[in-house]
Amino acid sequence: MAVEQKTVATTGNIMVAEAMRQSAPDVMAAYPITPQTTIVEEYAKYVAQGRVHTEYVTVESEHSAMSACIGASAAGARVMTATSSQGLAYMWEQLHIASGLRCPIVMANANRALAAPINIHCDHSDIMGARDTGWVIYFAETAQEAYDNTLMSVRVAEHPDVMLPVMTTLDGFITTHTIDRARLLSDEDAAKFVGTYTPEHALLDTDNPTSHGNFASLGGTYFEFKKAQRNAIDRSMEVIKNVGAEFAELSGRPFDVVEGWGMDDAEYVIIAIGSTAGNCRHVARELRAKGVAAGVLKIRVFRPFPFTEVAEAIKGVKAVAVLDRSESFGAEGGPVFLEVRSALYDMETRPLVINYIYGLGGADVKLELIQQVYDDLVDLADGVHESGRLVYLGAR
Amino acid sequence: MDEWTSDEFPRGATIPVAGNSCEYVTGGWRSERPVRDDAKCTQCLLCWVFCPDTSVKVADEKVYDFDYDHCKGCGICAHECPADAIEMVPEGCELPGVK
Ligand code: SF4
Ligand code: SF4
Repeated sequence: MAVEQKTVATTGNIMVAEAMRQSAPDVMAAYPITPQTTIVEEYAKYVAQGRVHTEYVTVESEHSAMSACIGASAAGARVMTATSSQGLAYMWEQLHIASGLRCPIVMANANRALAAPINIHCDHSDIMGARDTGWVIYFAETAQEAYDNTLMSVRVAEHPDVMLPVMTTLDGFITTHTIDRARLLSDEDAAKFVGTYTPEHALLDTDNPTSHGNFASLGGTYFEFKKAQRNAIDRSMEVIKNVGAEFAELSGRPFDVVEGWGMDDAEYVIIAIGSTAGNCRHVARELRAKGVAAGVLKIRVFRPFPFTEVAEAIKGVKAVAVLDRSESFGAEGGPVFLEVRSALYDMETRPLVINYIYGLGGADVKLELIQQVYDDLVDLADGVHESGRLVYLGAR
Repeated sequence: MDEWTSDEFPRGATIPVAGNSCEYVTGGWRSERPVRDDAKCTQCLLCWVFCPDTSVKVADEKVYDFDYDHCKGCGICAHECPADAIEMVPEGCELPGVK
């Protein structure tokens, strides 16, 4: 039985700030960037009100924000921050350092396009660019998921088998700023779920001096450290699932790394990530009423990528459309497409696949466009289109 | 350490044991070694002051040897010696192993 929760009408950003407050980080580094700003703003308010005892570090850039997080994490603190777009890009080298030093930092990213041209609206160019920096990456469809993912992230990051930084992402403006219905755990339940953090080696533990940020080059140990990192992110999959199951029990909200709708007998499936999954389900529901076997597969955890889970889910499907809200210029398709097609390679029977780049820079994802994708899938299965094509959905 | 698998290394390349850098042998970088002529040496200790690797061994205020495990052969000691007591001699192949 799920615990009692308060229903609120609020935005994704405020839900993230709430989850962070309930996790009681020792240090929060803050630099505002649209559309993340209201996370750190809200958090500043909590600190000012004395509702949370966090060392709130205002820095002069995102590069410094992540540096402060790394330093604090190495010192032994539970650490959080939030960013978006150019800010995430500005953190780049620090993202690698955070994961390489195995700092269990939790960061929210408000998914937003990268310049140029300048654009403040949603797409996944920022986060997909950071996909190989060694962070575990969650995607949220709704404010509720943004909240739930953040709480779970703390447990995953600090798990002794993992000890890696985790990014929880939510779509800029769509999820960060629109008012949504969501349910909040009580502070006590959330705190109990998240637990306390005991660092393995803390710089501030002067009785047991340690050295962090060391050199590893000659003799090949860099290679071994990177393998250890790979092993850790691979191991995180099981931890993510276990923590997810525990959270589902506590909250009454199911969690899986991939979440299907109508997948049991689906013939035409859209694979989506983030807020667009809702639009897809809406259209799929209408199509089901007309007798079309439509399904939706939402990927909730992108790193580590749930290869087996995706392959298993789309095993008997005729045609699959993969929606990418970011580019991988010059590649076979968008980042999600590349992963999905790779997941299919070892299967005996593979569904036909098609890739859509959509909604870049916040371009509208109208229901008609999703309808067009399902129409194309039927054509694809009927042999009208060829498999593996890349379509710019709705672009002139 | 040479036998450790990747997961046996300290997480995040943290060094959890303090003061172990003296175990890190840097003498393998050397192509020339300093050799001191005790007859010429005035025991001014300038070589000891200038050595960037603290590889000049001193006891009872007297230079008596070099720490060849760590001396990287930069030649600063030989350059600074006012008595020309240090000669840089080409190394053979018996350098301490690089770790
Ligand atoms: S050669 Fe350089 S490192 Fe070696 S003893 Fe002389 S000054 Fe020190
Ligand atoms: S600098 Fe030359 S003279 Fe002075 S102590 Fe060293 S070897 Fe001797």
